[in-house]
Amino acid sequence: MDFELTDDQVALQEGVRTFCTGRFPIDVVRDMEQTGGLDRGRWSELAEMGVFSLRLSEDDGGVGLGMADAVLAFEELGRAIVPGPLVWTHLAAGLIEGAATGEVVVTGIERGDQSNLIEYPDHVDVVLVVDGEGVWRVDRSAMELAPVTLPLDPLVPVGRIVGTGLPQGEQVLDAVGAARFVREGAVLTSALLLGISSAATDLSVAFSKERVQFGRPIGQFQALKHLMADMVVRTEVARGAVYAAGVTIDDPVVGSVPRAVAAAKLTAGQAAVENAKTSVQVHGGMGYTWEVDAHLHLKRAYVLDAVFGDRDACAEQMADLLDAAIA
Amino acid sequence: MDLRYSEADLAFQKELREWLADVLPGLPAKPDPDDWPARREFDLGWQRTLFDAGYAGVNWPTEFGGRGATLTEQLIYLEETTRAGAPYIGTNFVGMLHAGPTVMAEATPEQKAFHLPRILKGEEIWCQGFSEPGAGSDLASLSCKAFRDGDHYVVTGQKIWTSFAQVADWCELLVRTGPPLGEGVSKHKGITWLICPMDLPGIEIRPLRTIVGSTEFSEVFFDEVRVPVSQRVGDENDGWRIAMVTFSFERGTGFISDLVETDRMITELVHLAKLVTRRSGTAWDDIALRREVGEMQAQMDAVWAMTKRNLAQAERNGIPGVGGSVLKLYYSELLQRLTDVAMRLLGRAGLAREDLGTLPNGAFVEERLRSTSFTIAAGTSQIQRNIVAERILGLPKDK
Repeated sequence: MDFELTDDQVALQEGVRTFCTGRFPIDVVRDMEQTGGLDRGRWSELAEMGVFSLRLSEDDGGVGLGMADAVLAFEELGRAIVPGPLVWTHLAAGLIEGAATGEVVVTGIERGDQSNLIEYPDHVDVVLVVDGEGVWRVDRSAMELAPVTLPLDPLVPVGRIVGTGLPQGEQVLDAVGAARFVREGAVLTSALLLGISSAATDLSVAFSKERVQFGRPIGQFQALKHLMADMVVRTEVARGAVYAAGVTIDDPVVGSVPRAVAAAKLTAGQAAVENAKTSVQVHGGMGYTWEVDAHLHLKRAYVLDAVFGDRDACAEQMADLLDAAIA
Repeated sequence: MDLRYSEADLAFQKELREWLADVLPGLPAKPDPDDWPARREFDLGWQRTLFDAGYAGVNWPTEFGGRGATLTEQLIYLEETTRAGAPYIGTNFVGMLHAGPTVMAEATPEQKAFHLPRILKGEEIWCQGFSEPGAGSDLASLSCKAFRDGDHYVVTGQKIWTSFAQVADWCELLVRTGPPLGEGVSKHKGITWLICPMDLPGIEIRPLRTIVGSTEFSEVFFDEVRVPVSQRVGDENDGWRIAMVTFSFERGTGFISDLVETDRMITELVHLAKLVTRRSGTAWDDIALRREVGEMQAQMDAVWAMTKRNLAQAERNGIPGVGGSVLKLYYSELLQRLTDVAMRLLGRAGLAREDLGTLPNGAFVEERLRSTSFTIAAGTSQIQRNIVAERILGLPKDK
């Protein structure tokens, strides 16, 4: 057992971080609000970086890495709050022609989702629909979407399915494949959430070292220090769970995959939402403004917390698994 | 990143499991918690049993008679002994986890040769004389004074929260040998680390009753107690640095058995919920409760995974990753929440400390009370948050 990053994993993490800092600095990310949350040129760069083909075998044009590696890459994408349907397109690589190369943008929805919302309506080519029987492909052109003028996250525009509703679509995975697909989606999403919780902490710490009140940096006050210490605790605990879920998916002998996935999604969702809220609080009045990035962390945390199993669903699943383990 | 146990780890686990299954049924009954002589005898007996089987001091280096196990093996040892219900380290705690490792790191060859084999074999008990009524979280402001008189230090003052003082042979004692605290005096300089024999004249022990009702710790009064200078560890006035060495051991693997215990208790909580009747069913049918328990289990699994990361980092570079402060903050509050849920489930069955036969009330009430100490002992949660904020985040000190 050596639950620490290998040299290759450190290199991967640093590589993606450098890429994000260079190609997705926060001002570029913010400007993507003007282009529907996505820029096809930068989307191709993500594909070239291997974000979508990371886990495809080399014979299939991929990088041949595992989920533990993908988790590290997605944590960095989350840290930079890179917009776009990253998880769905990554999961679609190998299923949908053109997803891996970034030519086809793929998003998805769970059948029965009462919101009827589809993310990135201006850019998406294919929508994957997940239900108990499998995963189904629906072309964007086969559905009618009404624009939503006020999305929660300005970088995650949404459209509402209207007209004849969500088509059945063409099956691309069976029920077993769908269950695996959802678990993998949950782990990658928890990695994005982990990156956000870490970014929210860094933003708060940097601000509290600079901001002076009562003649000293506010980060010197215990009332604020303790808020930020709790941000570290939530992030590091979630990091344990998220990395463990990645490792467990690659090597299921080390534990229960559903349990590891539920623990990761729940704790990462908690860390991201709570840390983003705390970051707004630490920033005081500035935290309430559009200008400071704190609100972007908070909004994205809510967007990601709600998909591939929200916290309530994860908690219920943990209880069911606990029950099964005892019986 | 790899979570697999190696062949050698699995072999160690199997051997230990078999040994525990073999030896535990033959142990004498656990003594009454307030019968201190019996507790001493029981704990020393268990330590000797461990020693004879080669399991004493799994974390101690082989040069000092320990097993020199890898951190993974230590993890397996703590997991297996806790799950099998083996005796807790008990009154051997200070000797095995605090004083022993400090002696290894800082003491003279003579001191090491004398104490380390005795601690390992279960021949001596230690207690800790660190905190004072006026020096709790601010430990460095301690004032128990010692002055040099020929070959002796003459110690006068008071210590508090001294666990196992009633049955200890030795005390790891921090005293002020430098100038008394005051304007222009550094409180960190002027502290000395002594090994104080507990049978010296002038030592008075007054047990304190805890929230649980037991006499787990005591106040210890020193009235001109003459401790030979040869019992000093390290240099005079260098005791604060040595105390920090002690704490670094505590914040390593020291909390892991509590973690395993908390994990086990979540399962117990489910059993309890299945016994509590609500409307036409049991409390376990209540979705709100299931979510709460499920969430705690998710958090438990996550903190357990984090611990494995900490150990991997410690194994690589000798420094435990984000460290024990994060771990302690998280599991102590988790345990308190868990026992709170248990009290809610017990309802009025929680009015009794002994088992009523209908619900497992005794253990949960005991644990609810006992767990209040987890956010206080070994550095309060508030002190831990300061440590995380200042040492990990680099926030400025509040001075």
